[in-house]
Amino acid sequence: MELRNAPTHAGCGIPTLLDEADRRLVAAIQEGLPLVHRPYAVIAERIGLSEPEVIRRIAQLQAVGTVRRMGVIVRHHELGYRANAMVVWDIPDAEVDSFGACLGSFDFVTLCYRRPRRLPEWRYNLFTMIHGRDRTAVLSRVEELVERCGLQAIPHEVLFSRRRFKQRGARYRRQLPSPAAAMVAG
Amino acid sequence: MNPRPQTTLSDLERALLDRFQQQLPLSPTPFADMAKQLGTDEETVMQTLARLQAEGAISRVGPVFRPHSIGASTLAAIAVPPERLEEVAEIVNSFDEVNHNYEREHQLNLWFVVTAEDGVAVQRVLHAISERAGLPVLDLPMLADFHINLGFSLQWN
Repeated sequence: MELRNAPTHAGCGIPTLLDEADRRLVAAIQEGLPLVHRPYAVIAERIGLSEPEVIRRIAQLQAVGTVRRMGVIVRHHELGYRANAMVVWDIPDAEVDSFGACLGSFDFVTLCYRRPRRLPEWRYNLFTMIHGRDRTAVLSRVEELVERCGLQAIPHEVLFSRRRFKQRGARYRRQLPSPAAAMVAG
Repeated sequence: MNPRPQTTLSDLERALLDRFQQQLPLSPTPFADMAKQLGTDEETVMQTLARLQAEGAISRVGPVFRPHSIGASTLAAIAVPPERLEEVAEIVNSFDEVNHNYEREHQLNLWFVVTAEDGVAVQRVLHAISERAGLPVLDLPMLADFHINLGFSLQWN
């Protein structure tokens, strides 16, 4: 079980053991469920499992935290949140965990990751993503974070996005051809 | 794609976005169950979700994986001379492993996410991009995740 307020540290969590069927399942659902009467039955047929087995495995992946949530994934820009900024902070290493926990607890912060510095080009070690209707809204949220987390002495920069060249879900696994497609191709 | 501002969303669309970001009913018929909760019918829920997806308001109805739990990924940045930005962005986009790619207001002006089966594959992509662009790529992998991902609270007013 993942603790709600404990950070997930890369490489030192409990390793997730996926078997071959889990991997096929991840490949089949990573780009979304089919919007049909029995979506898990369709997925099941595609990867050679039964419908109850697919449901059981998804529940299990959620229980161990491999799947964080399973739901409707919104695209902020299209919903009117036209401004998006990556706000980066240069926090003393010993204080990253406490400031990170504070920043990550706001619902308008959609990502909060520690990343390495790359000196001299890059000094910042904590990254937060903030969406807002416009630049003013985003900047006022940055102000709110500074005040409520006590970040007045911490250097930060706000990197607004300009053009979006690409945005889609991650593909961790290559899609297997569905049996139907394979039959047509064969 | 025909994006609409969210103020024109119907009550049903808002309810779908408000109530089902975090957890779909994990039953054989999730859309029928959602319809029941919202006082409508299954066909309407499926059609509404399909329309929101076609319009780009939602990217999918599906899982969000914990970072690094089933594959490897990194955030990468390049300082691209402004006159080469579109060309380099196209090089970056041409890799199937890149799922986000944004221009940002900074000297490091191109930011993208590379996701692949393992760290070796991620590094291979970064090297290939660096070579084709003729520019150094900054590799900024996640070290810790402090975010409690509960979906995004949309403000309807």
